[in-house]
Amino acid sequence: MIEVQHLLNSRQMAEFVARGFLRFEELVPAEINEAVMRDIDRQAIKGAPAGTPLSQCYAGTAIRRLLDLPAVQGLIQSLVGEDPLFDHDAVHVREPNEGKAQGLHADSIIDLRTHFDIQLMYFPHDVPLEMGGTLLLPGSHFRRVNEMDVAAYQNMRGQIPMVCKAGTLLALHHGIWHCGRQNKTDRRRYMFKLRLNPAVRQLRLWNTGDLDASYRARREIHAGLDRDGNVQDILSRREPWFEAASGRLEIVNRIKLWRFLTGDSDFDVHYWLGRLENKPA
Amino acid sequence: MASIRQQVLTLYLSTSALDSRVLGWSIYDGTGAQAHTTGDSDSPPYETGLDALRDGWRLLQLPVLIPPYPGEEYSTSFMKYGFVFEKLEDTGA
Repeated sequence: MIEVQHLLNSRQMAEFVARGFLRFEELVPAEINEAVMRDIDRQAIKGAPAGTPLSQCYAGTAIRRLLDLPAVQGLIQSLVGEDPLFDHDAVHVREPNEGKAQGLHADSIIDLRTHFDIQLMYFPHDVPLEMGGTLLLPGSHFRRVNEMDVAAYQNMRGQIPMVCKAGTLLALHHGIWHCGRQNKTDRRRYMFKLRLNPAVRQLRLWNTGDLDASYRARREIHAGLDRDGNVQDILSRREPWFEAASGRLEIVNRIKLWRFLTGDSDFDVHYWLGRLENKPA
Repeated sequence: MASIRQQVLTLYLSTSALDSRVLGWSIYDGTGAQAHTTGDSDSPPYETGLDALRDGWRLLQLPVLIPPYPGEEYSTSFMKYGFVFEKLEDTGA
């Protein structure tokens, strides 16, 4: 059982619900990064059949040591439970001096669940801008698209190229649009990806000790946005690429996921759902 | 005519109005002078669709407004307001 201080807090969970990812800079120590790079070179990273409990995967390897880091265990448990199921892994490679980037896409196929998988993206070496980095589009995880359907979108306001130091880890909602950016250096770029499925109901799995009674209190609608980083504030922030009208629906999508994750069926942000649910008999 | 090549610009706007803000953009250049790809720019070529018209781009297609399918009123998917433009360039080839 992981100690509570290693679990995510409610603001981090709200960030995940709103933006579809959490980013942890230089979380993995250098000795694991170096060991993973050696394993990549030797093609020694071996996954497991889909559906295997994660606790039974990667025994005795550097990836196991990464997964056993308390902070990594804490974020995994907070998002998909203590012992999620291994789905698949992959060492993604972007070759030197590529002619173009990968097309923007969501992984797997169109997915209608409220339950979500996570994808851990681990960067075992430094990634400067000219090396590309994985590109991700914050807040795209609720959009119902089928894989490369969105490859026509070359650039979007607010897109994030993963420029990072070795040991950085991303935890993504499975629906996030992303791609491998063009690698303009003369070195190969590596990223290790691991998809995990929940094995338990995703209900208050994080440290909810910070959810006091006031966090869900209704606010005056036209009082302006809160900017103190509370849960309602985080869930109401628009991404720069949101259309004026669809951006409102994205906030509704977040409210629905927050209700699912907390079991709080009346939770609302700016009365977007409360208004529609008011149906006097 | 053999030396005329098409450049195609798609702008994804904030609303169905052509003078609304550019949120996303894609460029394909038939002249071969430029090679654009995913994630190669953080700033749009124009602030609005109208700015592209003023710079000489010809509008080829504007988005058709379709009511939401019943039961899908609250779901989101593709960018709704993609405007397609072209320029014809003489490459002299």
